[in-house]
Amino acid sequence: MDMMAGKFAANVTPLEEGMSLSDHPIRLEARDVCVHYGAKQALYDVSIDIPDRAVTAFIGPSGCGKSTFLRCINRMNDTIEGARVTGRIALDGEDVYDRSLDVVELRARVGMVFQKPNPFPKSIFENVAYGPKIHGMVRNKAEAEEVVVSSLKRAGLFEEVKDRLHEPGTGLSGGQQQRLCIARAIATRPEVLLMDEPCSALDPIATAIIEELIDELRENFTIVIVTHSMQQAARVSQKTAFFHLGKLIEEGDTANIFTNPAKKQTQDYIMGRIG
Amino acid sequence: MTTAKNEHIVSSYEEELTLLAQMISEMGGMVEAAVTDATQALLKLDHPLAQATIARDKMIDEMQRRIDEKAVSMIARRQPMAADLRMIITSIHVANDLERVGDMAKQVSRRSLQIEGLSLAPKFYNGVKHMTTLILHQLQAALDAYAERNSAAAVAVCNSDDEIDALHTSLFRELLTYMMEDPRNITQCTHLLFCAKSLERVGDHATNIAEAAYYLDTGKHLSSAVEDLHRTQVKV
Repeated sequence: MDMMAGKFAANVTPLEEGMSLSDHPIRLEARDVCVHYGAKQALYDVSIDIPDRAVTAFIGPSGCGKSTFLRCINRMNDTIEGARVTGRIALDGEDVYDRSLDVVELRARVGMVFQKPNPFPKSIFENVAYGPKIHGMVRNKAEAEEVVVSSLKRAGLFEEVKDRLHEPGTGLSGGQQQRLCIARAIATRPEVLLMDEPCSALDPIATAIIEELIDELRENFTIVIVTHSMQQAARVSQKTAFFHLGKLIEEGDTANIFTNPAKKQTQDYIMGRIG
Repeated sequence: MTTAKNEHIVSSYEEELTLLAQMISEMGGMVEAAVTDATQALLKLDHPLAQATIARDKMIDEMQRRIDEKAVSMIARRQPMAADLRMIITSIHVANDLERVGDMAKQVSRRSLQIEGLSLAPKFYNGVKHMTTLILHQLQAALDAYAERNSAAAVAVCNSDDEIDALHTSLFRELLTYMMEDPRNITQCTHLLFCAKSLERVGDHATNIAEAAYYLDTGKHLSSAVEDLHRTQVKV
């Protein structure tokens, strides 16, 4: 039933609490990444390694560049006029800004979930099947069904919607819509899942369900999450990076960042003091 | 790492942190006074002072309960991070150690009530007096290191604990000698032996407080080597 099992059954064990990040393989590697929006520089020389099968959280005040950097990873900034990205971001050693690279294919490999749930105005089934169909990953209805069911199961939504797969996705609750968007994002079997404040529009229970889901998904995906909630970063991630005024100030094991950060700016921010 | 000097954006949180630090200082003062009075009551065989010290222990217990409640409430409502989190967690530890020190003061006071006479025999007085001076100094130094978040001072406290252990061992031998010399000394010396053990335990709790101060300041735990220092046993 689960057609993804083979692909994801790799030898790498997910990063557990207490396990050293340095022992873990690197999935994404960013070096000296700068972003300009016209004349304004939004990101300054960001270099960071994103570990495989772990959750990496980006935290920082509004306008610090965390979302800008996240959007560099699947080249979402390409769609913004005047945006210029320099430096290198490599996914499995391959430069994502290489001219020969197909951006559509990249976005299938690097899925994204946004702040507000944004299901297509289509059925639940079509929302999930859409990606695999346009990427030619499914050849017939049976295969599409298999992908839809396994993706909804992975997103923890299947049991709640199995009797109404052909009803509109927009009819679901906010939390369910967000899980539908997660199911849609993982349906194309991405290697990396980017999440831009995925819980900020959700109530605490729906947030807890998504956080539980993130924890399960990290067994198979490399997850990068931008969050305004430090508590959320502390709860869901194994690695945390703190951004301030377009610069990466500090990155490291989540437990260390939240108990004993090395930089005063990080400490001031996470303790709610003005940096 | 130095402590952040900036104030929290939420001023009521800042006030709560300050209040918690004040509660620890206040409890530290109460416990220091209890140890001072208990040892004074022992040296002078001042029974009314001993009884007053025993009665005051309830206030120390009550203070520990208040600190615990405050810390738990702050964790639940404020979700503290980094140095704030360490401050709140260590306040629970320090209050627990202080409460135990209060119990030790109570035990010494109770023992002193069992010793008859107008004052401690001069031959016993000096050894006990020396130990009480050292213990009080150790306790004060540990509480100062905690209040000032001074990791260097905390290490110094931990390193000087072996002096207390050595003194305890020497006092133990001395009291044994007096008992062997004259069996009439046995009752008084036995009480003093228990008092010395209680005082030595105060030194251990002072070391724990110093370790909490080190963690509070640096975010790191003192190495097990230093921790082992205060686990020395009496060698006869």
